Amino acid sequence: MNAFAHHFSFEFRTGIRDKTLLLMNYLFPLGLYGLLGFLMAELNPLFVETMIPAMIIIAILSGTVLSLPNPLVGAREAGIFRSYKINGVPAISILTIPALTTILHMVVVAAIITATAPLFFGAPPPVNWPGFILFFLLTAFAHAGIGMLISVISSSTRAVVLWSQLIFLPSMLIGGLMIPYSMLPGALGKVGLLLPATHAMNAFQGLAQNQVAAFDPLWSVLILLGGGILSFGLANYLFCWDSRNKTRRGHPALALLASLPYVVGVVLL
Amino acid sequence: MNDSVIRVRDFRKVYGDVVAVDGISFEVQRGEIFGLLGPNGAGKTSTLESLEGLRSTDGGSLRIMGVDPTRESRKLRNLIGVQLQTSGLPDSMRVDEAMRFFCAYHGIAPNYHLLERLGLSEKMSAQYYTLSAGQQRRLALAVAVAHSPPVVFLDEPTAGLDVPSRNELHDLMRELQTAGTTIILATHDMAEAEKMADRVAILLRGKIAATGTPRELTATGAGLTKVSVCTEGASLSEPNLTFPAVSQQAFKDEYAIYYSTDPGPTVSAIIAHIKAQGDTLIDLRVERPSLEERFLEITGARGDN
Repeated sequence: MNAFAHHFSFEFRTGIRDKTLLLMNYLFPLGLYGLLGFLMAELNPLFVETMIPAMIIIAILSGTVLSLPNPLVGAREAGIFRSYKINGVPAISILTIPALTTILHMVVVAAIITATAPLFFGAPPPVNWPGFILFFLLTAFAHAGIGMLISVISSSTRAVVLWSQLIFLPSMLIGGLMIPYSMLPGALGKVGLLLPATHAMNAFQGLAQNQVAAFDPLWSVLILLGGGILSFGLANYLFCWDSRNKTRRGHPALALLASLPYVVGVVLL
Repeated sequence: MNDSVIRVRDFRKVYGDVVAVDGISFEVQRGEIFGLLGPNGAGKTSTLESLEGLRSTDGGSLRIMGVDPTRESRKLRNLIGVQLQTSGLPDSMRVDEAMRFFCAYHGIAPNYHLLERLGLSEKMSAQYYTLSAGQQRRLALAVAVAHSPPVVFLDEPTAGLDVPSRNELHDLMRELQTAGTTIILATHDMAEAEKMADRVAILLRGKIAATGTPRELTATGAGLTKVSVCTEGASLSEPNLTFPAVSQQAFKDEYAIYYSTDPGPTVSAIIAHIKAQGDTLIDLRVERPSLEERFLEITGARGDN
């Protein structure tokens, strides 16, 4: 097994071994899935229609935006990155491997939700499976990129909470997860277009369910892909070995460039 | 024969307006244990981190076996092993995983024998955070030297360790030295530096205040040997009692304490005096000046400037 495989294997097992990661990768999203499944199916039967993508996106938000940055910032603060650098662990592996293993955990959670939601709650399963896989990969890629960016710009684990919630809470409220994008008032809908969750829901509707989406799902695909590429690239550019996070190559404000595709979406859609 | 493994020439490191290291130069020979000593803020960490390739330099040159650590990190990584003062390992990493992980990045097979040698074979499946401080230090050392680097940096390797663990680490350092490994030892523990280091450099305010073998350094100080004597009677309590080569004397608890520039004649004269007085000697201790005393002398004197 080569170094990448060892690293990947270690990070994947950490996602289960570490109690906080286990909670955020599995227990929280699956617990919420069960809870919302029983409650929302009674309160709002329309929720069942979008339950599978909504719960998968919530799981991805939990695993990537809420949970991915904290161990990275903690490791940097503890001087672990310095040890990695001395031993030849490339910067790109330090950031990318946890992101990839988190996506793999999300595959497991998504499979559980997709397999059980039709059985337990009568949620409609995806119609177009390649479209569903594309929706999942793009959503996970875009959110993992944001998680990585948060980890490199956050000065401490306390700052991580602030940045993560800045993405997580609006995504829950106006990202089309609870209330469909088409039902949001105009201005709020425009703000919603700044969130990957909105585009993920739109892509699911158009690509996986073959339904009429709120706007052309190709836009959502391009925006999620562009946002993900920019986030991964900027995170690697802004990455810093230093435990005090002071010697990075550019100003942390450069991270805002990752929102460029979403801003274009606001203007054009 | 000059067999320098590490060469530091006019090395300078600046943080804003603060000069952390101000043009220091030294060389370390193959198989040598070189102690880097100094109070906090003296420039030890900046020097170490620059040699380890973690920081850039602001002047001078650094070479490890001909490799510039600030520019040739790929070449450097198989030349050095580093035990950092901080953990350097993720909490959830298991002992055997740590060995596999770092050996994989060095492109070698895991060196489990080293874990056994350091008493960690029973802890192979234990996660890093469950290990005691001593076990964590031993694991950090194991992964630092698993790829048999010719140069090893140890930053406070025995801090927080109990006596058996400390001795175990010292034994391993000696084994590495015997095998030809060069060790840079940064420590606040002067007894450890005195015991382990072949040569030391004392850094103060970014400059080398003194360098040499521990014996040379202690000999160049005030050089007073402490002679402590306890007798059954009061033969040493006589007023105006003097002995050869004694520059200071004091009484503490049951002991008469003499600071001598030449302990041989002093001890002979004391014993002769006790015998002449019909007294009985209970205890006599001769302590040569320690590196710690010399360190305090240097850092105290220069610190007042």
